[in-house]
This record gives sequence, C-alpha cells and structure tokens, in this order.
Amino acid sequence: MKVTFPHLGSLSIALTGLFTDLGLEVIAPPPITKKTISLGVLHAPEFACFPLKISLGNFIEALEAGADTLVMIGGTGPCRLGYYAQVQKEILRDLGYDFKMIIFEPPQGQLNKLINEIKTITTNCSSFKVLQAIHTVWRKVKALDKLHARSLQIRPRELECGATTAAYQQSLALISEAHTPQAVTVQLKKGMQLLNSVACDWQKKVLRIGLVGEIYMLLEPYANLQLERTLGEMGVEVERSVYLSDWIKEHLILNTLHFPGGLKTKRAAAPYLNHFVGGHGWESVGDTVRYARRGYDGVIHILPFTCTPEIVAKSILPTVSREQGIPVLSFSLDEQTGEAGFRTRLEAFIDLLAGTTLVN
Amino acid sequence: MKITVGIPRALLYYHYYPAWEAFFRSLGAEVVLSDETTKAILDAGVHLAVDETCLPVKLYLGHLVNLRDKGVDYIFAPRVVSVEERKYLCPKFLGLPEIARFCVPDLPELLTVEINVHQQYRRTISGLYQLAARFDRRPWKARLALRAAERAQECYEKRLKEGLTPYDVLSGKGLVKKHGSMKVAVLGHAYNVNDPFISLGIIEKLRAMGVEVVTSEMLRSEEINTGADKLEKGIFWTFGHLLMGAGLHFLQQQEIVGLILVAAFGCGPDSLTCELVERFYKRRRSIPVLLVTLDEHTGEAGLVTRLEAFVDMLRWRKAV
Repeated sequence: MKVTFPHLGSLSIALTGLFTDLGLEVIAPPPITKKTISLGVLHAPEFACFPLKISLGNFIEALEAGADTLVMIGGTGPCRLGYYAQVQKEILRDLGYDFKMIIFEPPQGQLNKLINEIKTITTNCSSFKVLQAIHTVWRKVKALDKLHARSLQIRPRELECGATTAAYQQSLALISEAHTPQAVTVQLKKGMQLLNSVACDWQKKVLRIGLVGEIYMLLEPYANLQLERTLGEMGVEVERSVYLSDWIKEHLILNTLHFPGGLKTKRAAAPYLNHFVGGHGWESVGDTVRYARRGYDGVIHILPFTCTPEIVAKSILPTVSREQGIPVLSFSLDEQTGEAGFRTRLEAFIDLLAGTTLVN
Repeated sequence: MKITVGIPRALLYYHYYPAWEAFFRSLGAEVVLSDETTKAILDAGVHLAVDETCLPVKLYLGHLVNLRDKGVDYIFAPRVVSVEERKYLCPKFLGLPEIARFCVPDLPELLTVEINVHQQYRRTISGLYQLAARFDRRPWKARLALRAAERAQECYEKRLKEGLTPYDVLSGKGLVKKHGSMKVAVLGHAYNVNDPFISLGIIEKLRAMGVEVVTSEMLRSEEINTGADKLEKGIFWTFGHLLMGAGLHFLQQQEIVGLILVAAFGCGPDSLTCELVERFYKRRRSIPVLLVTLDEHTGEAGLVTRLEAFVDMLRWRKAV
C-alpha cells in the first residue's frame, strides 16, 4: 500500500511523518507546478473551486508516480469541501486509475471513530503506537505553524532579500527529521534559532497587513501566488488569521467535545454577520474587524473564484472596511490569475497604505 | 391601513410562496410581490452585487430594489439554513439577509426569521411565533397563521405532483394540456428553471417543440430518496439532493429520452452535483444529456439553437 494525500502548504511534512511512523509507504505528490494545475483543470468540473482542481492534480500526479491509496478529508457541509472526495473519486475512476480512497469524515463527537479509521489503514499497529504517532504529528503541525508565523515577522526586516526564505526552508527540513514528540520540540528550537539568526534591521518601520479568507488559498503558497513572500519582500509584515493547528483545535477537538470555538472572532463579526455561512466566511468578517481594532494598516482577503461562503463575506467587507476604517483588498484567484496583474494590484494597495500612514 | 409585506419574486419564492402568503395574510398583512423579472430588475441586481455572485442572488437583489421602490413597509427575507435533517441550503441562503442589507441601500426593515430545522428546531418555531407577534400579539393567531401556511404549502405541493411546474402554479396558468410524444427531464434549481426571464423560457420553448417536460418537483420524495440512496455519501444540500435524486431516479427508470441540466454559472453545489449526474449518465450511455449554464450574458438565439439541435437529435435516436 502506497499512501498519498493532497498538498496544503507544509502539511506534507507532517503527513509524510505520520504515515511513515505508522509503518506505511508514502508517495507524496510532486510539488505543485503548472502541470499539476493543468491536469486538475482539465479533468475537474468547470466552475468547481480552485482547491478541488489543485488537489485533483496532486492525486493524478501521485497515482502516476505509483501511489494506490488516496487519503482525503470529508465534511458535513455546507461548504463544497465536504463533497470533494466523492467527486474526485468518480473522476479518477473514469480516468481508469485503480486505487483505494480513504476519506476521513469529521468525527462529530466520536474521537475513537477517527482513531479506528486510522487503524483500518495501518496493518499492525497498536492503539498506543497510533496515539503516539498522532501526538507527534500534532506537535509537528504546531511547530510548523510557529516557524511560519516567525518567518512572517522576520522577512520584511531582513537585510538580504531571500535570507528568511532560505532559513525557513532549512527549518522545515529539520522538523521533517523528527519522529517523536520530544524530538519535534528539540528541532523546533533549532529551527527558531536558524530563523532568528537572519540578519535584520529591527528599527525598520514596516506596514502591517492581516490576511483573511479561505483556508486552502491562505495555506497553499502556490495557490495564492506566494502572497506572503511577495508582501514580506516588499517590506510588509503579514499576519495570517488562519493556521492549520487552530483549525484542528477548533474543528477536531473543541467541536468534537461540543464546545464552540473561535468565539472572539465570532463576537467581533456579530454586528455584521452573526451566523455561520460555511467555510471561513464568518471568520473572514470577524478577523477583519479584529485587525482593524488591533491597528493594522490593511487587510487582504483571499478566496478561490466562486467560493460561496467567501462571496457572502466579500459582500459584507466593503461596509466593514468603511465603518472600521481599515482598507480591504479582495483577491478572487483561480487558474486564470495572471501574476503580473496580481503584483500590480498588490503594489498599488501597498503604496496606498504607505501613503495614508505617511499623511497621518 | 394594512401593513404591507414585500416578497421578492426570486429564490425561495418558487418553493414556499404559497405558505408565506397564507402566513402573512392570515395575520392581517397585505402581501406585495415584486414584478415579474425584467431586464431592468436584473440589471439593478447586477450593479449592486459582488461581481462573482451567482445569477439568482443578483436577481434577488434586483427584486429587493423593485420592492423598495414600491414602498412596502417590510420585506420578508428569511435566513433559511436548513429545511430538513442533516441537510443545508447553499451558503448564500445562510448569509442572504446580510448580502441584502449590505448590498442594497435604503431597504425597508427586513423580516428575518431563522429557519434551521437541522440544528435549531425549537428556536425556529419560537422565531416564527415572534415574527407573528409583530403583526398580532395573540398567540392563537400565530398558531392559525402557521396552520394556514402549512395547508397552503401542502396544497401547492400536491398540485406540483400532478405534473405542473412551480411557474405553472404560481402564475395561475394551471394545468397545461399534456402534449408531446417525448418525455424530457429538466433539472436545476427551481428559481433558475422557473423564472421565464433568466431561463429564457426554456420550459415553454421545449413544450412548443412538442416535448413533455418533467421536473424534480413532480416526483414524490420517496422517488427522490431511493434515487439518491445509490450514492455512497448523501448530498448535504437540499436542492443538490433533489437534483441528484431525481437524476438517478430517471436514469434507473429509463422513462425519459433526454435530460437537460440547467445551472447558474458559478453555482457552488451545482458545479459538483451536475458533474456527477453527467458522469453517471455517460456511463450508462442510454440517455443523452444537455448542460445549459445560465448567466446574465446568456443570448436567446444560442439557447434556441442548442435546444432545437438536442430535440432533433432525440427524435432521430427514436426513429433509428
């Protein structure tokens, strides 16, 4: 059995580790390229959202590389993500691939069900070993998020362009070497030291921008045209509102125990939107309000083209922007997005923010 | 003077208007409908909406403008989250009152009651009582209004099962003579298929070509459910479930000679459900499928050509 999964930012490091620790052979899909996207677009429904197309491309490339077991997550709606796996399965079947698809549905109150599902794919692992592997992967996800958040603070202040990105890549490699929870902590420390050793100008005045929007588009740098890196190298400190560890904490742990999560964000959104709309629409509104309150210079909202929950948010954000006094720029991205146009709009937005800050 | 409640002739109008009308009437309010869709109404909506919003929501905003200009006291804009267990409506319905409030300026007060059968059944009922209390404080009046709504809805759905489309019933046209030798299913959201302006009168055009049209509204819910039971994982959108269930039912029964899928460009659920229906039909290779995607740029001549070609092809297949 050769396991594969779709890419999502640095998730492949965590998942490769998890499945290897469980004694499975892993074939991670090749890094996302133009070819991945072309394959996805060719076979996916015309106006399906971008994440479905990219992950379909990942699956095709991984199957070509010899994988035979696809791991994907499910969901209960109303976001389309919950039905991705079913559609992708039928598409791949029609393409003539022979594979097994394992779909992890959200446990909805039963954590042991999730553990049992993981056990079905591992050949002879004890519950203890499964739990330890989950513990390690959880630490890894948290460590990856911490490194990422730190890199966003350092990049705008680096003296040599590209130094942060290089250090960040090295620190990711360190995490992938760890196989126990304790080792992850040690490697995280080393990674942080690497990042902190990048030569920086800490006196530099930088703009601060918050990123809100749909989780896949925020987490996958290829999908958002390296937005964070581009902004960082323009000298903008970016904070991303969504991290995988927060998502897991809210959706797999708190909601499983019937606790509502993300209350601060939801409370902040209440005057504008006081109801879930699927996906991250509610959070996009709430986080924009919170960035305004925290004195950020601007907010960039990222959504895949035709993403319904985010369109609801996009309809509300102009009012939020006006009333809270924070500039907001929405980018709706898909395979048609041109990099030059994207960059021009970003630069214009940054110039505008820099101008406003100077006047005040 | 009676209080006037405006109801936009768009979206869920095609599913629940008889119930809504009966509810407000029995509470002593006057119900005002927006006009039938025109180019001006659609344009008004297109200007106000975020550009990538789907066509029916743009149209909804246009109808809100129409009602605002009519000077109604309130507009009924419920937040319909879920109308059955474990199923939701599309996310746009979840945020519809907000889309309306933040996109259309100077609206009269919106009556937004939350309908959430899956998660908040009790609160839905108490919300309806609170809504009724705004018109008449006596609780028994609310009870009567709800019962009247229920009865009107049952009567409406019964008529649909007799082979009428929602537009046939709501426009008061009544039962059309069943003509035509070929049965073709037209599947899509009721608010796309039944609005003669945005669907470019697709049903009337087919009938004029001598085709008997069947839609998912004409099927009994057991037929829909047995159709959808073939799926590994049920569809969690009510209308997606309807479309998929009807599609699979027709595929299994083989009583239709052709299937026309009507989708609005950019419709989230349709992008996945129509894709699957198309794939299932292609695998069986027995019933041809035509997928019509609508948006505000759709030209009538193009649609007529495609429909004629499709119907001709069906006739030839029959002749062979």
